[in-house]
Amino acid sequence: MKWWIAFWNILVKDMRSYYLKPPNISWGLIFPLAWTGMFFIKSGSGLEGVLSMLPGVVVVSILFGTTSMLSVTVTFEKKGKSFDRLLLAPISLELLMLAKTSGAILFGAANAFIPIILAAFLTDLSQAVWSAAVPAIFLLAVTSTFLGLFIAVSVSEVFEAQTFSNFFRFPMVFLCGLFFPIERLPVFLRPLSYVLPPTYGADILQGAFGAGNALPMPIDFVLLIVFSTGLFLLSLRNIRRRWII
Amino acid sequence: MDKVSVNAISVDRLAKRFEDVQAVADASFEVLQGELFGFLGPNGAGKTTTINMLTGLARPDAGTVRISGIDCTQNPKAAQHLTGVVPDESNLYPELTGFDNLCFCAALYGMNKKKRKARARELLETFGLAQAADRKFAGYSKGMKRKLTIAAGIIHDPTILFLDEPTTGIDVASARQIRQLIADLHQAGTTILLTTHYIEEAERLCGRIAFIVQGRIVRIDTVGNLLQPIQERHVMQLAVSNPDFSLHDKLAEAFPNQIFKTLPGGLIRVEAGEPIRVGPLVRLLEEQGAEVNEARRVQPSLEDVFVKITGIEAAAMRKEKEKKGGGGL
Repeated sequence: MKWWIAFWNILVKDMRSYYLKPPNISWGLIFPLAWTGMFFIKSGSGLEGVLSMLPGVVVVSILFGTTSMLSVTVTFEKKGKSFDRLLLAPISLELLMLAKTSGAILFGAANAFIPIILAAFLTDLSQAVWSAAVPAIFLLAVTSTFLGLFIAVSVSEVFEAQTFSNFFRFPMVFLCGLFFPIERLPVFLRPLSYVLPPTYGADILQGAFGAGNALPMPIDFVLLIVFSTGLFLLSLRNIRRRWII
Repeated sequence: MDKVSVNAISVDRLAKRFEDVQAVADASFEVLQGELFGFLGPNGAGKTTTINMLTGLARPDAGTVRISGIDCTQNPKAAQHLTGVVPDESNLYPELTGFDNLCFCAALYGMNKKKRKARARELLETFGLAQAADRKFAGYSKGMKRKLTIAAGIIHDPTILFLDEPTTGIDVASARQIRQLIADLHQAGTTILLTTHYIEEAERLCGRIAFIVQGRIVRIDTVGNLLQPIQERHVMQLAVSNPDFSLHDKLAEAFPNQIFKTLPGGLIRVEAGEPIRVGPLVRLLEEQGAEVNEARRVQPSLEDVFVKITGIEAAAMRKEKEKKGGGGL
């Protein structure tokens, strides 16, 4: 069995069918830009404020770019039973779910570079530490995608997936230290910030774009890998328990 | 060669429960290589649950499953390269064309680009869908969707094919075409497990049949063996105008060795262990004021066997069929 043929074709089909469609681009890209624009205007800072806003818009772009479509499409395919066709194929569940999530990871990572490219025209990015920023973007995309997968396999209906996604996404945006530094959050909310994966991705990006990071970068990276692995394994467990009944 | 390797499918004491419903109970059967085996039962009998357990879409509570000698009970993935599955609902991708759907399904089995394109074209031609190859699956008719779903199930040339209610809910012409395709696949040597609630379909296509009712297999045998006891019976049907309600009792009294059954539409069914003499029957009926329009011998069918063994009236199964919208023979 040439498993890579199955892997590649699942990835290509999902990219064509879902991720490169206009509604997904609008939700995954325009929404985070508008969101960040709102904070930018409110802050009253000029173009020099662009650099400080960049980690925020990158994280939100990844978060919305990855979770917006994956959680809905997996639920949709399961509901329409076309997902059963994948479960009947002679490929392992691990490989199948990696193939299903790869499209979202790539789309999320690509989304992250659009605000960076825009920022390059508005401000000086020569001081950015790309060796930290690029792996952080990739790991954030992986973690967010697996969060989307976890949401998808925890619900039965498409509308539940959308509602459940927002239940995670919006608190994450506020609590991960992007728009409000964690030390300025009420004491009882701070522990919550530290159990959210974007907190660590945002911390790396803030360090990479010169705003200063709170935790050493290796710890941030390790924690992102732990979150990714944990969410992926938890999702596989849920698929085995809930879908192969 | 031992017994296990000869059997394409071996199922031993398979069981599955959904909360308080015992979907499948203690099911054991074997399907020989190259056999077309029928699973016949009403809706909710446990046919789809059994297929799901055999193919890895459901986990058995108890029992063992062997596909081509491979124990798949704990690892259903082990034999998935040998099997093809056509589910009871057409589950291809609505946004893809017929051709792209087949190519995608072929890729799931590791077929390279050249091979999968050639195979997709071949199957579209075989199934009469070549003209619709570039149309999106969402725009296909029900019959076309079923045909493409069957084509997707055999795209990788499986040695064992699971067909779950392949003709349910489609028009008569498409259903006939699909039955011919199933017969052709069987002729070509594919082992087929066919579930259906169409008795005539099972009788026409299958070599052996299992009757399943409320999750239990109540009988497994060849069509010939199932029909044999009933074929020794003589059955006749009389079409009568102005039938009286008391006719049945009077006939039973006058001909105690014969069994009478009044059917809708002025029909009287007569069953006996010896040849039925029509003259005395007609005379009695006419003396009672009824007019006999037609008398014809009825060939006993698998439907009679099914009713006798399961106690389920075939008419009830037919109603389900009509509700699902077609698929008649």
